[in-house]
Amino acid sequence: MNLDLLPLALADGFSYAGLLFLVALGLTLIFGVMGILNVAHGALYAFGGYAAASLVQFIMSRGDPPSILLVAALFVAALIVGVALGCLLEVGLLRRVQDKDPILQLLITFGAFLILDDLQQLIWGGSPYTASEVSGRLGTIELFGVTYTVYQLLLIPIVALCAYGLLQYFLRHTRIGRQVIAVTHNAEVATALGIHAKRIRLITFIVGAILGALGGALSVPTTSLVPGVGTDMIVLSFSVVATAGLGQITGALIAALMIGMARSLAVYTFPEFEVVVPYLIMVLVLLIRPYGLFTVAQARKI
Amino acid sequence: MAKASLFKVLCSLVAAVGVFPSWSWAQDKPATLPLGITTFLTGPASVFGIPGKAAAELWIEQFNAKGGIDGVKLSAVFIDEGLGGDKFLTEYRRVAQETGEKVMVSAISSGNCNTVAPVAEDLKVLNVMWDCGTEKILEDRRYKYVVRTQANAVTEMMATLVYLLKTKADFKTIAVINQDYAWGRDSWEIFRNAMLAMKPDTKIVAELFPKFGAVDFSTEISRLQALKPEVILSTSWGGDLDTFVRQASQRGLTKSSLFVLPLAESSLERLGTALPDGVIVGARGDHYFLHPETKDEPKHKEFVEKFRAKTGNYPIYPVYHMVAALEGIAAGYQSAIKRNNGQWPSTDQVAAEMHNLKFQGLTRPVQMREDGQGLEDQLLGVTKKVPEYPFPILDKIMIIPASTITPPVGEKSPEWVKKLTPAFLSNDQFKTFASSK
Amino acid sequence: MFAAILSLVGAAICLVLGLIFPWMKVPIIVGLCYGLAALGVTVLMRAGQVSFGHAMYACIAGYTVAFLARAYPGLDGLLLIAASVVAAVVAGALIGLFVVRYREIFFGMLNLALSMVFYSVLGKFYEITGGTDGLRLERPPIAGFQFDRPGYETALLVTALSASLALGWLVQRYSGSAAGEALAGIKTNETRLEYLGMSARRILWNGYMISAGLCGLSGALFVLLQGLVTPELGYWVRSGEFVFIAILGGAQHALGAFMGAVVFQAIQLVGTVLLPGTWKMLLGATLIIVILVAPTGITGVLPIKSWSKPRERKLALRPVAEKS
Repeated sequence: MNLDLLPLALADGFSYAGLLFLVALGLTLIFGVMGILNVAHGALYAFGGYAAASLVQFIMSRGDPPSILLVAALFVAALIVGVALGCLLEVGLLRRVQDKDPILQLLITFGAFLILDDLQQLIWGGSPYTASEVSGRLGTIELFGVTYTVYQLLLIPIVALCAYGLLQYFLRHTRIGRQVIAVTHNAEVATALGIHAKRIRLITFIVGAILGALGGALSVPTTSLVPGVGTDMIVLSFSVVATAGLGQITGALIAALMIGMARSLAVYTFPEFEVVVPYLIMVLVLLIRPYGLFTVAQARKI
Repeated sequence: MAKASLFKVLCSLVAAVGVFPSWSWAQDKPATLPLGITTFLTGPASVFGIPGKAAAELWIEQFNAKGGIDGVKLSAVFIDEGLGGDKFLTEYRRVAQETGEKVMVSAISSGNCNTVAPVAEDLKVLNVMWDCGTEKILEDRRYKYVVRTQANAVTEMMATLVYLLKTKADFKTIAVINQDYAWGRDSWEIFRNAMLAMKPDTKIVAELFPKFGAVDFSTEISRLQALKPEVILSTSWGGDLDTFVRQASQRGLTKSSLFVLPLAESSLERLGTALPDGVIVGARGDHYFLHPETKDEPKHKEFVEKFRAKTGNYPIYPVYHMVAALEGIAAGYQSAIKRNNGQWPSTDQVAAEMHNLKFQGLTRPVQMREDGQGLEDQLLGVTKKVPEYPFPILDKIMIIPASTITPPVGEKSPEWVKKLTPAFLSNDQFKTFASSK
Repeated sequence: MFAAILSLVGAAICLVLGLIFPWMKVPIIVGLCYGLAALGVTVLMRAGQVSFGHAMYACIAGYTVAFLARAYPGLDGLLLIAASVVAAVVAGALIGLFVVRYREIFFGMLNLALSMVFYSVLGKFYEITGGTDGLRLERPPIAGFQFDRPGYETALLVTALSASLALGWLVQRYSGSAAGEALAGIKTNETRLEYLGMSARRILWNGYMISAGLCGLSGALFVLLQGLVTPELGYWVRSGEFVFIAILGGAQHALGAFMGAVVFQAIQLVGTVLLPGTWKMLLGATLIIVILVAPTGITGVLPIKSWSKPRERKLALRPVAEKS
């Protein structure tokens, strides 16, 4: 591969990493605060996407809307799905298994994932859904002699970076954010200090769910939604989260970039390895650093 | 040792009893003849498979109203190919192993055909391959119960190559982006070998095989844009092709390279304006609702109207393939009944009939060969936008007879392809039609 | 005693059902395959570790069967099974060397990652592995006899039932043995186990190889039944299903894996034939209900001697110095 293809590969990897980061962010946030690896995150991604596609199609059928409205519709759909499903899952299921074995907690989210997967197929059917008009309206941009869509090259990475920035600000400079950090470090002590841990967990789960759904909603204008996207996305986001270290937000950003770039480089050099790359990276990282790249040392209780 | 042979004898008895029905000569006429039809009902390929289901339902309803096969009505059971590899096989087996006579109509995916063909042969159930293209099934082995009522990858890719060389003979660079499974790999292998036999100095700049059912081709498109091939070939179909063309169109790739899409007739209506003019499109057979020879014939015209009324869309080539398979089965049974002096035939007799049959679907007739392979003429054209339809129609249509572009019985396609020379193109049987509206 | 009787009765019922209703043979054999794989997962659960990637051993064994059957067509089915189980155990030994350093979530995650690597590689290399279409194989002879389809299924049913009974009994014996109790020690307190002079990693490695072999056997039988192996056999959802069955049946007795498999198959049949398109929903709902209501699974509810309870009582009554 000649070196002038390298910036192209990086540009492609950048936009792919953006989507990956949004989904992984939700996942790692939930794990950090609640200690649960949420398998149902894949279903949140899928529901977010389908809801966004339906909303966009609904708006388009009512005349010729401005592009800004269509893009806003994606966020609105993600918000609705995140809040609704997030509340349902947290209050209905996760609260009841708060004190059980982590494996049982994980399996209950797996059960929820299975239910939501079938529900999604019952509601929206098996045929592909897309909303390519949205990205078509935003036009194209040329970079290094290759045409990219503005949506993919600029919008998605910008949204991902904004989400990262907003979340960091929220965690560090708002009261609720600091309470979230406190609950992450030690829920018992935080409760003893008067923090309403139950409410914090609910809020965190909803934020995580919204991020997952947003990942799905933003993917609709460029790709298409079919049954099985949730299942594929969840393992990919696991690989990002595990590579970064569970609960590490900045780590997730770097890991997503790493995996995104590696994957697109693979398409340019050894296309047959494209699908293997994320998992290969995860295995290699875990073999060298068993707890992920960026974990902080934890005290061990004997 | 006596124990072992007793066990063996018992097993053979059980097996013999199980196989008994197919021994008889004169069968009892069944009340209904169930058809086990497999098609894609979920996933990206369902945009392709669901019209096939609609076509089957429509055709069977009409056929039963006219009396069925000698009074025996047909019924259909649909199996979803979207279940994937072994789950699909389990379902196929479940239907094929049910007691009673049946005909299996399977499959769309070449991968699934590869899987079910030996199973059907093993179970001695007639299996009509109605849409899959891989030529290897009938070339590598002589099947008794497995036939194909349409053309195979060799015929289709040769037709594509002929059209491409007649349209743009002087291209120097080509790239391919196919789905990563039997059809995608086999179709490229044939095309590449034939092309290199006729134009040895062509440069293949990229060979990309994204996975079947992929939803995002952005990186592949970037790479293709950077490499700037003159021709881009893709034998993708269904939702995969739709997504690829939409993404490529948004980024201008469809304008900078000549797209050759031998299976795109099935996507014309869905893609609408995403396809620019001048794209070479094939119909896997001569299946097109505006077929220059048959579009005004009452049988064809009526079916198009009925299909449109039922589904809201124009029929695409999977619809035609399904009708052809069903017509073939009906013709096979009727021919076998005649040969059996009016008695209902056995599965063996029908299977034998299917190996030397000529029947007609909605377009040109299909001739079945002794190896079970159907000879089906191929239609190709270029896209052209017209005010009458919200999607492009095919212009500069060429219909190529199958006999000119298919290896003879018994000859394997890799060897046949290597023997091709540029003189092959000047065959006068390639029929072109004046630019249609 | 109850468990032994239940197993034998269950096996007899399976055999009889299979002979009377020929169409039931395939679902029963598939159920037994799931049960064997879940049995493999329960071995590791004894150490408190749950692997989300064990389907890869079923996959490895399946592809071994396919490669061998295609390379040497006359090879006996039982030989193919044996060879593929050996392949799975060897793979388990090699992979286990790395994996046994991890615990809890990361153990599960690393297994998941490795299984996805296998899955992706198998799906991509079309020339060698048949890609996503997989590899087909012709029916091999079993125990020297070349059966036709119905006889072949019966032979596989008998093989699967005998393997399940034998291995279920062996796993029970293993759990009661020193090695099995040491495995449980990893769950209760690994540091103390190390202080006793035993290598936790080595013990877990042994358990890992056994579980890999069991999953391998399950994969081999499945592929012989289907005549087809695809990468889907190693997908993470499949591993999740194995874990699901283990939890459903209960991880404290070998019988649990098979009872869980029976319920799993029943739900799948209901969900595909009676209420099409809802089997995942039913499965998910069942999993949630089981975890909330009966986390010890079916065998936790039945009067079956579990691995942990009676032993504790016995140890409390006996004097301090006793057999190890």
